Amino acid sequence: MTTFAPATAEDTLATVQWALAEEAPLEIVGHGSKRGIGRPLQCEHTLDLSKLSGVTLYEPAELVLSAKAGTPLAEIEKLLADNRQQLAFEPMDYGPLFGQASGRGTIGGALAANLSGPRRLKAGAARDHILGIHAVSGRGEAFKSGGRVVKNVTGYDLSKAMAGSWGTLAAVTDVTFKVLPAAETETTLAVRGLLDDHAVAAMALALGSSAEVSSAAHLPYPAVAAVADGSLGSDAATLLRVEGFGPSVAYRMETLKSLLKNAGPLEEFAVEPSRKIWRAIRDCEPFAGGSKPLWRVSMAPSAGHEMVMALRMQAAVSAFYDWQGGLVWLSMEAGDPEAGLVRALVEKHGGGHATLVRATPAQRAALSVFQQQAPAQAALSARLKEQFDPKNILNPGRMV
Amino acid sequence: MSGLAMPKPDDAVLARRAEIVADLRGIVPGEGVVDRVNEMRAFETDGLTAYRQLPLVVVLPQTVAQVSRILKYCDQRKIRVVPRGSGTSLSGGALPLEDAVLLVMSRFNRILEIDYPNRCVVAQPGVTNLGITIAVEEEGFYYAPDPSSQIACSIGGNVAENSGGVHCLKYGLTANNVLGIEMVLMNGEVVRLGGRHLDAEGYDLMGIMTGSEGLLGVVTEVTVRILRKPETARALLIGFPTSEQGGQCVADIIGAGIIPGGMEMMDRPAIRAAEDFVHADYPLDCEALLIVELDGPGVEVDHLIAEVEKIALRNGSTTCRISQSEEERLTFWAGRKAAFPAVGRISPDYYCMDGTIPRQQLPKVLAGMRELSEKYGLGVANVFHAGDGNLHPLILYDANVPGELQKAEDFGADILRLCVQVGGVLTGEHGVGVEKRDLMPEMFNQIDLDQQMRVKCAFDPGHLLNPGKMFPQLRRCAELGRMHISGGKLPFPDIPRF
Repeated sequence: MTTFAPATAEDTLATVQWALAEEAPLEIVGHGSKRGIGRPLQCEHTLDLSKLSGVTLYEPAELVLSAKAGTPLAEIEKLLADNRQQLAFEPMDYGPLFGQASGRGTIGGALAANLSGPRRLKAGAARDHILGIHAVSGRGEAFKSGGRVVKNVTGYDLSKAMAGSWGTLAAVTDVTFKVLPAAETETTLAVRGLLDDHAVAAMALALGSSAEVSSAAHLPYPAVAAVADGSLGSDAATLLRVEGFGPSVAYRMETLKSLLKNAGPLEEFAVEPSRKIWRAIRDCEPFAGGSKPLWRVSMAPSAGHEMVMALRMQAAVSAFYDWQGGLVWLSMEAGDPEAGLVRALVEKHGGGHATLVRATPAQRAALSVFQQQAPAQAALSARLKEQFDPKNILNPGRMV
Repeated sequence: MSGLAMPKPDDAVLARRAEIVADLRGIVPGEGVVDRVNEMRAFETDGLTAYRQLPLVVVLPQTVAQVSRILKYCDQRKIRVVPRGSGTSLSGGALPLEDAVLLVMSRFNRILEIDYPNRCVVAQPGVTNLGITIAVEEEGFYYAPDPSSQIACSIGGNVAENSGGVHCLKYGLTANNVLGIEMVLMNGEVVRLGGRHLDAEGYDLMGIMTGSEGLLGVVTEVTVRILRKPETARALLIGFPTSEQGGQCVADIIGAGIIPGGMEMMDRPAIRAAEDFVHADYPLDCEALLIVELDGPGVEVDHLIAEVEKIALRNGSTTCRISQSEEERLTFWAGRKAAFPAVGRISPDYYCMDGTIPRQQLPKVLAGMRELSEKYGLGVANVFHAGDGNLHPLILYDANVPGELQKAEDFGADILRLCVQVGGVLTGEHGVGVEKRDLMPEMFNQIDLDQQMRVKCAFDPGHLLNPGKMFPQLRRCAELGRMHISGGKLPFPDIPRF
């Protein structure tokens, strides 16, 4: 059991070349904040990229930032905040979910897991903001893709290929991201006491309006009570976030309030409580800590609650919704029947996928953590892996 | 055709042309197979009209099953295939090959579903970009990416090229606005990726497909996001005595946290050509003209217009007009939108380039271009997506003067080399195609290119789909798959290990 912690891209390359020659699989980690996700790995050796750290380029006026892959996300977010900018994709922090401290995680990990947050609806995920990478493939070759400019269609977008690949294609050593101005202010409107189906209708109405809602979540009881130190009380809350320049936010909030005046009791949260609420939703606070299995389901926004309703007939579940209803966090057992049930219902309600985010190693070894793909897509994905990592030495089996 | 080497035609395929035509007629009955030379002429070029080539045969399928059967048929018989949407590529992406079937997707022209609650549209790939907006505008929605060919270009082609447009700094490229695709691989397999959910599952195959220039698969269905139309849009027309001041103004606008809906710059030759053509009342005494468009709720737009005006004045603008009506806003844009035809009026031919640079390098690149312009003895006019650094130099030449096309191409290649030298890229939105294919080594080394070609091998191991595009030199997948493994000992004793 050896842990290699190279401090340079060259040493990272040498490590992978050695592993390739030995055919010794490597588990790639940054801070290890998401190590509990995916099928448990049985690698003799670990490639720890956390020493590949530091911002190498930051030009606020060009909206671009480059960093070594092991750079702490917190360091980058602080630097950006000091310049009134942000990673607009709002990467979630998985730490609290696994009972760890918050504020850990690297920028490389954010890409590997294709992180996003409540602003996903408007701003996309890590994949939508990555501009370029340097990486070492499982072939023991250092390659690059993309660049440092926003608009670039030169060659295949291998940077996007890294997003959500969980370190199974290449060890990314350097990343370049597009950054964006942080909103001057934000306000959140809550509609209280709605049942799931009414909440989803209200969110669709709001998102389809000119209020430019950047996030929309629905917290039924009991999830609502576990958010932001219980400050939301225990009535279901349907939350709509409006961000931007002060006068614009005020105007759009009025638009939203008049649009939803008959939907239910309305409540407004100013900038500070609003930020706190959305951070809690981003990090899945209602289900933080503990060891109860947790599922993350991505579906069409209008379909999530229907799937949950059908699921409730056959299993004990607790759920809340982000992304206008399209992201469902489900607290539910993780046995074969539950896995089969949730995935069949996802399929039945228009498609998407269910990932078993938190479970014991035994459960994660027994079940498919990631939803199995249709045969043609699965075969294509396997061929892609083969072209990056023919000897299967990088995080082998993690995405199975 | 000036000096462009395409893959050597396969004589065996050419010899079997009649048989292939007959077999394709068996798959696509009726008018769907075009094999007469005079009828195939319409397909011999795309938006890069300097290159022309008649295909082996043109086939226009109507169903996914037909696309699948055609590709499988060609795959099994090692027949090359060039996919084509509306044929508006500016990089020769749809340029036919003599021995290849040209697979034209224009009959896939239906919108399949409009889903307002999930704000998406499911369309066949031959639907035009603008056609999607037209289908939803009555309800107040639109599709954001707006390449300048949006009246004609197809949404399938947009996926193939990852098309951008004037609004992409704020609203993203095609890749950021596509939720799902269905495609057919060269072996005939139909693959569906994504859907109406926001996170596509597994590897980001959709991200790889977007911008892959028809080399990986043929798109047969696209699901795109639509957005509520902004309540209002207003524009500023700002003139500067130097391009440095114009560039600094752009940097300061973004530095102030403002992301305009559109931000375009033109240099003096482009301003003059546009003004002579459309009489938009552009100021002629400036070196750089900036159009900044703000969109959103009226109160936001008014607030930001005032901010941008202050920034412009601080940077020494000599003209700063603010549109007071929708009509005036459109007038500001009229010159910019007509810049290409306007340049076409002052020169018999023009060649449009598409590099992207880090924005702060603009003065250096413009100066470099002036030097190159003198060296080659050809004029150049510049329009520039200022927000994202995407340059469109228009090189003026006369194709009837022997050697001048070659000169224009050499000039263009030098401009792109300059873009790469200052940290930019070869193409921002037009694609590599055949046009920039041989320049790829300026940006990528052989290992980078080999890894890209290996991705191609995962999708199309026979290199049968759109060969001769994007990669300067094709290598067999078997050769690319070989590994050179060195050593077995740890060659780096000083790496910390625990």
